[in-house]
Amino acid sequence: MSAAFAVLAGLVNAGVEPLVFALQTGALDALLSPLFWFLDLWSGFVGWLGKITGLAVLQYGFMHRAILVALCIGVMAPLIGTFLVHRQLALIGDALAHTAFAGVAIGLFLNAVIDLGVTPYLTAVVVAMLSALLIELISETTDAYNDVSMAIVLSTGFALGTTLISLNAGGLTVSVNQYLFGNLSTVTSQSAAILLVLFVVIVAVVAVTRNQLLYVTFDETAAEVSGLSVSWYNRITVMLTAMVVVGAMQIMGVILVAAMLVVPVAGAAQVSRSFTESLFVSVILAELAVLLGIGISFYVGATAGGVVVLVAVAIYASAVVVGKLQTALSEEVTPEVGSIDAERETTSD
Amino acid sequence: MSTEQPQTTESVEETPDGGPVAELHGVDFGYTATPVVEDIDLRIDPGEYVAVVGPNGSGKSTVMQLLLGLLEPDTGTARLFGDPSHRFDDGERLGYVAQQASASKEMPITVREVVKMGRYPHVGFGFLSAEDRQIVDDAIGTVGMTAFANRRITQLSGGQRQRAFIARALAGEADLLVLDEPTVGVDAESVEAFYELLESLNDDGMTILLIEHDLRAVTEHAERVVCLNGEIYFDGPTDEFVDSDALARAFGTAANLMGDRS
Repeated sequence: MSAAFAVLAGLVNAGVEPLVFALQTGALDALLSPLFWFLDLWSGFVGWLGKITGLAVLQYGFMHRAILVALCIGVMAPLIGTFLVHRQLALIGDALAHTAFAGVAIGLFLNAVIDLGVTPYLTAVVVAMLSALLIELISETTDAYNDVSMAIVLSTGFALGTTLISLNAGGLTVSVNQYLFGNLSTVTSQSAAILLVLFVVIVAVVAVTRNQLLYVTFDETAAEVSGLSVSWYNRITVMLTAMVVVGAMQIMGVILVAAMLVVPVAGAAQVSRSFTESLFVSVILAELAVLLGIGISFYVGATAGGVVVLVAVAIYASAVVVGKLQTALSEEVTPEVGSIDAERETTSD
Repeated sequence: MSTEQPQTTESVEETPDGGPVAELHGVDFGYTATPVVEDIDLRIDPGEYVAVVGPNGSGKSTVMQLLLGLLEPDTGTARLFGDPSHRFDDGERLGYVAQQASASKEMPITVREVVKMGRYPHVGFGFLSAEDRQIVDDAIGTVGMTAFANRRITQLSGGQRQRAFIARALAGEADLLVLDEPTVGVDAESVEAFYELLESLNDDGMTILLIEHDLRAVTEHAERVVCLNGEIYFDGPTDEFVDSDALARAFGTAANLMGDRS
């Protein structure tokens, strides 16, 4: 067994030498250095907030990073989730999170076997994005996102992850719990910086393609007839989903990360009238959930991911009630259908 | 929109291309080895109001998808405004209204937001200008939905929802409006108003292609009928269709279908 690994390691090592160098922690850190500067600034700001408010939760360095990551998750998860939920694609986030776990395992494996020295979040992003493309290509050839292929991708990802980790157990120095369940205290400067990069990419891409993503989400055939390349926008959507999932995984963990894509969006759909409104409301609900959840988990000493999701679900339940009340009140006033203006222009022949 | 009303297929309205809006020539198509439609010749000229009828599984929707370039013919040619349909990239000239079931049902979105989508092919990645917004409001007015512009589309009746989709096509300033069984699941009263709207749009020069299972609606409103069941059984003026035996041959029964509403 170990001989086989040595051969494999040798092959991998020879082939990817330049890549390895580029991804080695040192080079990556150099690339991310402006973000580290930003993180220091942020940390100073939150520390100052902690002093004037006297909140203990704001007085630890690791919490400064965790809060920043949580704020980013609160924006990007519902932003992408909105485009998934309304296409009945809520499950895709879960599937990608589990393939991201395989990516983490691959990263840990390569680090142990060939001393790759990259953060597992980086391999997770790569593997999740490749899986996203794969799911999309399968759905393009079979003409449907079917839950069977999604379930297969999900299980394969998780199976691959657990297998690699168990093979590697001897050399494994880090617990996989932080990837499965998320952990506030293990958010390093480097992983926070990677998340900031993902955040900027995701928000920028959605900002540019918002019209097209909305059209494709709402009415795929009409969008295609109008000349949009539906498959390209679908690919963009699943790739962005993969990025969100990996970004949010640090705090939420593999198992709960998909909840942030779905629950705030479902809550916003209950109380919003317009699509634009639902985007803003879902972000507000998600921010409430992450901040309250992190605060509560800090003071009661529970896992942040679990508490955040519980808070999000409680918010969703309240949104359902508020939505029902809104509908009950609005049903009292129903305007008349207007006449058809075009008729007046009818010419006599 | 021009108020000139074409009388026949020959009195072609002035368009940049002059030629037919859409055209299928000798088209065969099958999803598997068995063809769904065979040897289809169909030409739609500017200003026409054409209805395609046929029993379930007759290939009505396939013909529509071939015309729109969503499918590519196995043999023969499909053209839109003179260009091969599947390579046609002037999407804003097409307006499409699907069966209401196909649009996302629970999504929070207002009538105005739906109609704005008609402007998306014009603005691309940019923002809607004041002029774009005016066009959107005008389109909502034309279909009589101004009072509902800020209503969530899930709160509307089927008929109102379909009007919003027509407004989307109008906002896109489409030259060809394609409707795929638009009145499925719409109550009878709204169906009448819906066809009146289509007729008045056609009077204003809009070319309309209607895929429809409701034969009575077709014979009452369309100028020209194409009767399909794998191949074309009839193509001509509506009154000739009513008198012909095409219906019985295509549907395989001398049916009392004319009176039926499903």
